[in-house]
Amino acid sequence: MPKRNDLKRIMVIGAGPIIIGQGCEFDYSGSQAVKALKEEGYEVVLVNSNPATIMTDPGLADKPYVEPIEHDTLAAIVRKERPDAILPTLGGQTGLNAALQLAKSGVLEECGVELIGAKAEVIEKAESRELFRQAMENIGLQVPASGIARNMEEVRHYGSVLPFPLIIRPAFTLGGTGGGVAYNMEDLEKVAGRGLAASPASEVMIEQSVLGWKEFEMEVMRDKNDNCVIICSIENLDPMGVHTGDSITVAPAQTLTDREYQKMRDASLAIMREIGVETGGSNVQFGINPADGEIVVIEMNPRVSRSSALASKATGFPIAKIAAKLAVGYTLDELRNDITRETVASFEPAIDYCVVKVPRFTFEKFPGAKDELTTAMKSVGEAMSIGRTFKEALQKGLRSMEIGMPGLGTGFRDPLPEREDIARSLRVPNSRRIFAVRQALLAGFSVEEIFDICAIDPWFVRQIQDIVNMEARIRDFGLSNDMTPANPELAELLRKAKEYGFSDRQLGEMWKRPEDDIRRLRREMGIMPTYYLVDTCAAEFEAYTPYFYSTYETGRELEAADRKKVIILGGGPNRIGQGIEFDYCCCHASFALRDAGIQAIMVNSNPETVSTDYDTSDRLYFEPLTFEDVMHIVELEKPDGVIVQFGGQTPLNLAIPLMRAGVPILGTSPDAIDRAEDRERFQALIQKLHLLQPANGIATSFEEARAVAEQISYPVVVRPSYVLGGRAMAVVYDEAELTEYFAQHVPENPEHPILIDKFLEQAIEVDVDALSDGTDVYIAGIMEHIEEAGIHSGDSACVLPSFSLSYDHVAKIAMQAEALARELRVVGLMNIQFAIKGDDIFILEVNPRASRTAPFVAKATGVPLPYLATQVMLGKTLEELDPWSRRRGGFYCVKEAVLPFNRFPGVDIILGPEMHSTGEVMGMGATFEDAFLKSQLAAGQRLPQRGKVFLSVNDRDKPLLPDVARMYDALGFELLATTGTARLLREQGLKVQPVFKVYEGRPNIVDLIKNGEVSLVVNTASGKRTAHDSKEIRRSALTYGVPYCTTLSGARATARAIGARRDGDIHVESLQEYYAREATK
Amino acid sequence: MKALLVLEDGFALEGRSFTGACESGGEVIFTTAMTGYQEVLTDPSYTGQMVCMTYPLIGNYGVNPEDMESDRVHVSALLVKECCKTPSNWRATESLPDFLVRHGVPGIEDIDTRALTRHLRLHGAMRGVISTSVRDVQELVARANRLPTMEGQNLVTRVAPAAPYRWNGTRPEPVTLAEDGSYVWPEGGSRLVVYDYGIKWNILRLLRAEGFDMLVVPPSFTIEQVRASGAHGIFLSNGPGDPATLHDEIATVRALVREYPVTGICLGHQLLGHAVGGHTRKLKFGHHGCNHPVKDLTTGRIEISSQNHGFCVVIDGVDDVQATHINLNDGTLEGFMHKTRPVLSVQYHPEAAAGPEDGRYLFGRFHAMVRAAAGE
Repeated sequence: MPKRNDLKRIMVIGAGPIIIGQGCEFDYSGSQAVKALKEEGYEVVLVNSNPATIMTDPGLADKPYVEPIEHDTLAAIVRKERPDAILPTLGGQTGLNAALQLAKSGVLEECGVELIGAKAEVIEKAESRELFRQAMENIGLQVPASGIARNMEEVRHYGSVLPFPLIIRPAFTLGGTGGGVAYNMEDLEKVAGRGLAASPASEVMIEQSVLGWKEFEMEVMRDKNDNCVIICSIENLDPMGVHTGDSITVAPAQTLTDREYQKMRDASLAIMREIGVETGGSNVQFGINPADGEIVVIEMNPRVSRSSALASKATGFPIAKIAAKLAVGYTLDELRNDITRETVASFEPAIDYCVVKVPRFTFEKFPGAKDELTTAMKSVGEAMSIGRTFKEALQKGLRSMEIGMPGLGTGFRDPLPEREDIARSLRVPNSRRIFAVRQALLAGFSVEEIFDICAIDPWFVRQIQDIVNMEARIRDFGLSNDMTPANPELAELLRKAKEYGFSDRQLGEMWKRPEDDIRRLRREMGIMPTYYLVDTCAAEFEAYTPYFYSTYETGRELEAADRKKVIILGGGPNRIGQGIEFDYCCCHASFALRDAGIQAIMVNSNPETVSTDYDTSDRLYFEPLTFEDVMHIVELEKPDGVIVQFGGQTPLNLAIPLMRAGVPILGTSPDAIDRAEDRERFQALIQKLHLLQPANGIATSFEEARAVAEQISYPVVVRPSYVLGGRAMAVVYDEAELTEYFAQHVPENPEHPILIDKFLEQAIEVDVDALSDGTDVYIAGIMEHIEEAGIHSGDSACVLPSFSLSYDHVAKIAMQAEALARELRVVGLMNIQFAIKGDDIFILEVNPRASRTAPFVAKATGVPLPYLATQVMLGKTLEELDPWSRRRGGFYCVKEAVLPFNRFPGVDIILGPEMHSTGEVMGMGATFEDAFLKSQLAAGQRLPQRGKVFLSVNDRDKPLLPDVARMYDALGFELLATTGTARLLREQGLKVQPVFKVYEGRPNIVDLIKNGEVSLVVNTASGKRTAHDSKEIRRSALTYGVPYCTTLSGARATARAIGARRDGDIHVESLQEYYAREATK
Repeated sequence: MKALLVLEDGFALEGRSFTGACESGGEVIFTTAMTGYQEVLTDPSYTGQMVCMTYPLIGNYGVNPEDMESDRVHVSALLVKECCKTPSNWRATESLPDFLVRHGVPGIEDIDTRALTRHLRLHGAMRGVISTSVRDVQELVARANRLPTMEGQNLVTRVAPAAPYRWNGTRPEPVTLAEDGSYVWPEGGSRLVVYDYGIKWNILRLLRAEGFDMLVVPPSFTIEQVRASGAHGIFLSNGPGDPATLHDEIATVRALVREYPVTGICLGHQLLGHAVGGHTRKLKFGHHGCNHPVKDLTTGRIEISSQNHGFCVVIDGVDDVQATHINLNDGTLEGFMHKTRPVLSVQYHPEAAAGPEDGRYLFGRFHAMVRAAAGE
């Protein structure tokens, strides 16, 4: 039976901002779904607050709404658009929860909207721990012994009846937020307390631990006729106890016999049926006791998930696309397998390679957070790798991480840690445990010992043992053998080493030769990779999708096409500072190339992205973004150009080596990039153009730093050179803080100098994105930051157009940006950060590449920046493209950052020069206030309309506080402040209620926050010590969901937004409606 | 130890033997099953074939006594990318290399199994040889060409039992028939004579679980002997080789169909196809794997099936039968039933082992048919 004709208009809810546990995989799945629905002729209404998504592009859905994903806004959109159905299963947990709320509040019924894919009852059955456990019992499947607690009394009760260790899982949270492991009653109270607070339902499940059991996942699809297929099985290298998002995982399952696999398959299908997921994809997790094979069901997600994105990329089967089609009535046998074209979608992919996913962590950005992995997810990204063996895939995956590891091993001559230290790194799961396994094997631990300590299956440990043994062979060989191509033994060893996934860098390190030597040696001996196809069917049928991975095998399946072609280098695994925004740009580059009739070739290693969808580009290479791996592709394809400016820092780092290797780099020259990045050349550039930059200097020791700081005067911004995303960057107010900084961040003899800049206090920061063809310059967006300079631009909210800059300032900024673009001969995108202090305009940073804000600017102005930038790189002029005439306006857009602090208990939530945000949202409105308000809602801040606002600011902010206090007073808020601040405000004639600081007595401000008596916290701190004093206030605000501002400018904007909300209803518009407001501005 | 794999058309790949010195030959086929190598190795239907596993990492979970599909290894050789020497699984009792050595069957690794698979897909399954001693490709091509082709080979004689036996729950157990050919049916339930052309033990396990009382017999068992045994129904097993060569067996099946409810799986299905007037043809590279979609035309349901056949049945123009199952990938016949007689059969493997268990219902359907025929 074909698709449903009773549906005309379908609404898809996206996943909103990128947060830990919900990455850009939902842009991938949502975009696929929207495309699939459009293909079937449905009108698609889309809601997503994340501007850096492909799915919100005006050309994709019929009516994209960049509006907050929260109940009232969604209700307004539903009432306005009156869709026939909502497809809730493709927007992650956010989309699912939002749809469920709409169902519960009666909005769906009121507007006659049907939920397709999964009904409300199904969602609840799968998501509620209690209902799920009941359902599993109904079909005779085991779940770990557990109890549901809704308060601390119940928590203690289960603590007394269930055996420790216990796992705590809060209901309805993402990626296990607020969950954890308790080994005793004290742990239990602590973790469960946090879990109850984190759960919107105030419900936690306390469950018998299956720590150390083998963990598996199954990706299942079902159609309305109850046809079910398994798309992929996944085995976790890290056993139970580590969130699957934080585990190294492998597809397909490796250590189960067919009988055991089929048992799990049967269980997955039974679960799908019992829970009642009508159509679409689901994910089921199992634990298996390694001693006897006992199976328990851990959980199921009745929706497309992170694992389904991984399964799609791992097999080539487009789960989201098929899920969307099943939701509108198709059955699996009516849908074609795109890859083979002739066979149907109702089959189970067979793969003939091994897939490894490695999570990417950023613990270094959160001082105070322990590098410990638990059931609450902490990773911010992942890379996937494909190889013919696990060994090859693992090493490719590890070198894709960009954490300085060229594979499993490096530092081959370094002394090993002590046995006890190695054992500790194995025992407590952490982000570097895989490397500890190698060290343990080198230190002489047996496979059995390692298994006993960390429960990683012996199969995996032996695979790593193979790599370690090979490592020894390679090292030893170099000591005593002829290392010329004439040595046949060398050829054999080299080939084997490559089959085991060793990189040239590793081999060079072991043989004390430059990486280039190894390349040359291999080429002379003909040891080059071949590219095999990901085809869903293990070569049983002919496949048409151009999706490849490298391996060292004998066959050849791929020829370079005889046409004009360009390679786009993607961004690799997401991390803080480099995420979906760059993937967005890469995708647009691909679209532009294809539209221009040029073959678009994508290289990326990130399975969450749209860029690694097999139909985004003409060819996809799923490969690590290292020089070696990229050069192999370049040598095969011989492209007319390579685009490095869209994928963030990752490809940019390759620009110079590629250029030296004679690879044509499209757009801005690598030399210009270097001029902007190299400190001295940059200084010369600024001077040449008669521009201003903050006073600065460099230091290689504390003494030098002290001298520089005194000369340019405190406060100063200190950072190591050669870092990304503001890593270890801090504002330092006096010598004591400088001493502290050096003690914490700078080694005795630093490898790279420390950069010291004058910190511009209370300056306004401005971000500018520009597009240039080398002659003309289009100023795409001048974004005014809401937080003052000193907060990393990625963490700062900003508004477009600016709301407080003078015409004169705007004009000057534009002129300076143009001058820089011309001087650097920028061809493509460029981003400049300015700071305005008084009448001076300082240049903080120039990046001649796509910026994190490019997608935001594109959405906020209607000008497809990355697309145009690609056309410019291909030789079009701005005059021809005329971006000026395409510009739309008449509305405000606010970008707000979304921060992951709730994932890192114990970490201060204060903003600073080091970036912490994982994602962003955009609020659109006719006024600044409206846009700001929506940005806050979208970021999860529910701004209060009344109540008590607590004000506590540092000394520098004190003079400005009365104005802000007056704004809240005028809005009818009661003011709370600590003694000193209260006195100050009283002097200004304001009515203030004093409260105790944390150490002054009880009840103090933290008590009030916990008791729900505070509706907004304004708390600023700069400098380490003041920050420490007020940390507990900010932490408790976060934990108890009280909205907070950590800058005065943020507090001011918040007050204006609260005022605006009072004035009217929620106003929602699609992008097209906003764009139609005014042709140009 | 280095080993050379050479196909009859000269395609050659180098690998490494993990079972010591070896020489072997046979039809080279590939299976896309990602699990279940032990079941594949011990499935008698693979007699005369060298099997290439497309999934590259084989042997990870070792070998155990419960997952045997017969009492020995039947493939001529196992071809893999990487064989795991030390297994990891709570049921494993032996490693894959040890198991193959014990059964005297060569195992070759380091084979580019994808290159091999693509070659077979493009040029069809063909004869090949492996050798650890001969390095001359031409010599091996000549050897491969001297091997008999799969078409026209009767391989049932190599794997079928010589005498009747019963399934005691874990293994075959000899039985003696009475002077008059009658059999004391010990279990109760529907009495089934099972023709063993090279049966997979999981079929016996499942028939038993379905409640049948079984007498397993050699292919030469005559219709008279069946009559004497007192059976209620007939089951025709899977098995190796070209069905068209099995003239006597086909004749027996033709006679059985007239008197008994009959069902067949795989080779049994092919013999039934011949018996009702159809014929079989060789597929280019066969169906071997665990992921083929089969549609049950009587219910519209799709099942993911376990497949292992190089020949398929063609019943076009045979009026007495109708197709019940088709393969959704290539439209080939996967099952049929007789319009007037209690006969149903399937090409694929509802007993799975290895593979999905979606087709289990067929054992129930067969049981119901036997009961109905018996007037129950």
